[in-house]
Amino acid sequence: MGATIVEKIFSSKCGQSVRAGEVVMAPVDGAMIHDITGPLAIQNFFEMGGKQVFDPEKIILLFDHQIPADSLAAAENHVFMREFARHQGIFNYDIREGICHQVVLEKGRAGPGEIIVGADSHTCMYGAAGAFATGIGSTDMGFVLKFGSLYFRVPETIQAEVSGTFPRRVGPKDLILSIAKDIGADGATYQAIEFTGETFSSMPMHGRMTCCNMAIEVGAKAGIVPPDEITYEYMRSRGRSYEVSIASDPDAQYAHRKRYDVTDLSPQVAIPHNVDLARDVTEVAGTRVDQVFIGSCTNGRFEDLAEAAEVMGNTQFDESTRVIIIPASRDEYLKALQAGLIERFVRAGALVEAPCCGPCMGGAFGLLAPGEVSLSTSNRNFRGRQGSVDASVYLCSPATAAASALYGEITDPRGV
Amino acid sequence: MRTWKFGDNIDTDAIIPGRYLVYNDPAVLASHAFEGTRNDFAKGVTPGDIIIGGRNFGCGSSREHAPLALAGAGIRYVVAASFARIFYRNAVNVGLLPLVCPESEAIPDGEECSVDLETRVITCRGRTYPFEPVPDFLLRIADAGGLIAFARNLERVETCTGSQQ
Repeated sequence: MGATIVEKIFSSKCGQSVRAGEVVMAPVDGAMIHDITGPLAIQNFFEMGGKQVFDPEKIILLFDHQIPADSLAAAENHVFMREFARHQGIFNYDIREGICHQVVLEKGRAGPGEIIVGADSHTCMYGAAGAFATGIGSTDMGFVLKFGSLYFRVPETIQAEVSGTFPRRVGPKDLILSIAKDIGADGATYQAIEFTGETFSSMPMHGRMTCCNMAIEVGAKAGIVPPDEITYEYMRSRGRSYEVSIASDPDAQYAHRKRYDVTDLSPQVAIPHNVDLARDVTEVAGTRVDQVFIGSCTNGRFEDLAEAAEVMGNTQFDESTRVIIIPASRDEYLKALQAGLIERFVRAGALVEAPCCGPCMGGAFGLLAPGEVSLSTSNRNFRGRQGSVDASVYLCSPATAAASALYGEITDPRGV
Repeated sequence: MRTWKFGDNIDTDAIIPGRYLVYNDPAVLASHAFEGTRNDFAKGVTPGDIIIGGRNFGCGSSREHAPLALAGAGIRYVVAASFARIFYRNAVNVGLLPLVCPESEAIPDGEECSVDLETRVITCRGRTYPFEPVPDFLLRIADAGGLIAFARNLERVETCTGSQQ
């Protein structure tokens, strides 16, 4: 019987055959901590008797949730982590680079066949680079900082094979929202999702990132796209020459095999208060929105901003709607700046913020008052996620967000 | 020990809202636990009380502040029909014991109940609700008093020593 890509990654790291269901103490190739979960992880590292981290070069440390420091408590957390980085010899990206997940990939800190952990649930995004990457808590991270390895239960895999070409103004975000609806909020708990098929093999990296990012929204431990020439080209552009060829065997045993076709897919909107409540945009069109947020690790890349700008054209955003646009990283910000997108957004009435998690954090800024409605390209619409528990968050693609920002109500981007 | 009952898909934002994540002290976090979701919880909870959830309890963020807020409130057992993966691990790591109980929906709210780890049942007014065994490797961590205590006694770990669950 063949092995899945996830079983192969664990087997390769361990130098012996490891199958789904086994619990192994596996070495990690990288570990990411940020300003929310980092302080606890560091505290736990010390409480575990940690003195020197396992390998400073394998630790990615930065601030993105509350930057620039939005409170005294946040400022103190930042100082605590800065001092830790300095004492340990860990390179600190600090507040300069942007959202952790984007930065890890941009800096070439996750690649094919690697095992990466991050103290953030959306760490599963690095599966876009062919890595096995999963989010862990701060105590697990304290353990990793000390030992460089962690207990993993090797997960079973759900194969999601996707065929077809996206219709105009429909894309990866619509696909992953429709997959979330099909699998359900807990449908992949403890499992990995392998994204395959012609749609994925031709999908650019930014779309793969969007889909892998949201694997956690169906409970998955990881999302992964088998590495191919698109992956290797991206890695090369990031100064890393990964050519690790790793893929599931044809006779690998999957927990489920799912088939999807995007040929007739409509723009999707997840309605409050769960990600798996995706609807065709036509079912919710006309819903008034007070705030539109285009950004986050899910959809804050240059291509997402370009998609929004294309839909926006030369039209002004609706004056009664607050439009907040945040590039995912400094690199993405610069690309948007050079392409003239930032100026167009600002002229159209948007508030463009420096790279950070923004309203998706639900604590820094851009909060919603009771009764308000947000339409967001981010990944979670839980009750209270962006402020008041009596506010509503809808999730969608950059195209749908931009179209809706023009009219102040949820709008089908295909008709703009 | 009274039960505090919640529904399906209770997410980490519901357990501890994002604006409190700057705090790392379990007692401070406990004072905001379930704020906006169940406002009588933080004031009414007493140590030893039992959380009852439905399916996919603890979904969402990897924030350990969520199980810490419950531990800070003196909770020991969280009982649910199923748990989100990261919450489950985090709960064990901070000293909570998550118990998978397929019939959790039938357990009443505000009821005096007891948990028996030997017989693996929750008993409320004479009625019993069985829960599933806790995986061995997690019990080893729990027996040590959580992952911190487990790790404190280790100088190094042996990697890739596999074990069947």
